[in-house]
Amino acid sequence: MSEETARVGERRHRETKQGWRRFIQNLKRSTIEQGRIFVRSKMAVAGLAIIVFYILMALLAPYIVPYAPYERLYMADGSWASLQPPTAAHPLGTTDSAHDVLSQLLLGSRIAMFVGLLGAFMVAIIGTTFGIVAGYYGGWVDEVIMRVVDVLYGLPFIPFVIVLVTVLGASVWNIILGIALLYWLSTARVIRSEVLTLRERPYVEAAQAAGASDFRIMGVHILPNVIPLSALYAAIAVGYSIVAQASIAFLGFGDPTIPSWGVMLQRAFVTQAFGTAWWWVIPPGLSITLVVTGAYLVGRGYEEVVNPQLQEK
Amino acid sequence: MVLSLFTVITILFFLFRMVPGGPMAAITSPRMNEAARQAVIEDYGLNEPLWKQYLLYMWNVVQLNFGQSFYYGESVRSLVADRFLNTMSLMVTAFLISYTVGTYLGAQLGWIRGTTKERVGMLIVLIIRSTPVFWTGMIVLYLFSFQLDLFPLGGMRGMQATYSTTTQKFLSTDFLYHLALPVFTLCTFYVGLPLLLMRNNLLEVLSEDYIDTARAKGLTDRRILLKHAARNAILPVVTAFAIAIGFAVGGQVLIETVYSWPGLGREMVKASLRSDYPVAQGAFTLLSVIVITMNFVADLMYSYLDPRVRLEGS
Repeated sequence: MSEETARVGERRHRETKQGWRRFIQNLKRSTIEQGRIFVRSKMAVAGLAIIVFYILMALLAPYIVPYAPYERLYMADGSWASLQPPTAAHPLGTTDSAHDVLSQLLLGSRIAMFVGLLGAFMVAIIGTTFGIVAGYYGGWVDEVIMRVVDVLYGLPFIPFVIVLVTVLGASVWNIILGIALLYWLSTARVIRSEVLTLRERPYVEAAQAAGASDFRIMGVHILPNVIPLSALYAAIAVGYSIVAQASIAFLGFGDPTIPSWGVMLQRAFVTQAFGTAWWWVIPPGLSITLVVTGAYLVGRGYEEVVNPQLQEK
Repeated sequence: MVLSLFTVITILFFLFRMVPGGPMAAITSPRMNEAARQAVIEDYGLNEPLWKQYLLYMWNVVQLNFGQSFYYGESVRSLVADRFLNTMSLMVTAFLISYTVGTYLGAQLGWIRGTTKERVGMLIVLIIRSTPVFWTGMIVLYLFSFQLDLFPLGGMRGMQATYSTTTQKFLSTDFLYHLALPVFTLCTFYVGLPLLLMRNNLLEVLSEDYIDTARAKGLTDRRILLKHAARNAILPVVTAFAIAIGFAVGGQVLIETVYSWPGLGREMVKASLRSDYPVAQGAFTLLSVIVITMNFVADLMYSYLDPRVRLEGS
């Protein structure tokens, strides 16, 4: 390599580094700005608190559960402690197979939060990538991606996951696969239409004129502008994913060896114990509702950040 | 639309080729005797190369021939058609009620925007929409069937009920009695979307000039809301209705399971659990067809109801 090219290479390297540094600075500044607007909405903060609470529960669950999730509990006289209403020893009572409801509830939060956060992450990444690429390039790239979106819209979610699970086996990963395959569609559509207007902005034209690569324009100039939108859709996807996982488990396609809220409800339903054992049914269902509400509230709070028209004067 | 249908059916073909035990398990039942097995293999061309199998499969789908159920022994087509009617009777009732109620409540909430009442209302809507529908179903059953003993636990008709015709079946009081709880549960869930949509649209419409004009003319609030604002805000709700029906068809499986409603979704779940693949495949195909058709209808309706879309398009 001659000295000339080496110097050019070095300069390019430095420029790229600067570009990324600026990108991170911009991101930091807008995050702080957006955080300020977000905190003003009490509902959004409440939603965030719920989510953080359940994340903590998921992280701490293995250390604080009083019993193993499938540990059989016995009464003083040696019989199974099945369907016991709440007592001091079992604050949420027991199931028909004499398992502790509280322990299952605590451990169930792990699967829920895992699926919720991972699902949301995948939805945001996949949807944003396809949305930006389709919107920025336009033409046949756009056409192909949008046709794929149209086709996937034709697959009903729960039945599709049932088929996936039947074919590939019952596991949380297959449910996540289903989420990754079908839930990014709306995100991609919305991001795409946003990018369509962004790419006509003068600063994008300026970047093009300055000879910036497509990759750089998409990453440095367009991506920061759509991150709020993808974050909004990710927040909503947390809720979707958790409900999806619980629904599939409720239908009997979940992994029965891992305690989850859906599997708890499924057991309570199949044994018909839900007609009497309210202590077994209320906690998991209420937890799902709370987490999903929390995610919606965060999403709505964030929507006010994205769309200043919604902010209350 | 045709392209979507075609692609979805193709995806299904390959998915069901991948089931445990291979395509043989997907089409032949282990309980068949050898001669019947050979006949089925011949029928489906399983001894032919893959592309021929695919063509044969496509030909069968075009003719609506999904084979025989392993479990019931009857043709999948008539089975699926029967279950489909049951699903639609439940779903359409719930949709009509919840969209009427939702649109009305949404308009009211949009009108009182900014008040504490509105904020509380919105929070309630959010919480209800976050509730998993099968759990609501279980709670409703717990209250009304187990504790109060007012409604049946599930199913579509009582022990003694017999009907001579289909119309009679769907119009009988016994049927309505069984329909009440599932429809109520579904409504709590479905009411949210039209409500939120209507509220948001109304907020947008209320900032338009013609609303100011109406106000300046001295019209009453009620008249402005009903004649000027609500009419213009309702468009997206109508399209959402079509799209939501398409999506909801797949989600029916939850409510049908809770209430033992003999619908398409529940049949699909049972078929998957029993490895009755022809039924699962037939049911899924029909579900996809409904989703795709409703999306298409939504597009058409949108351009019909809102001339602005058509003008921009041409």
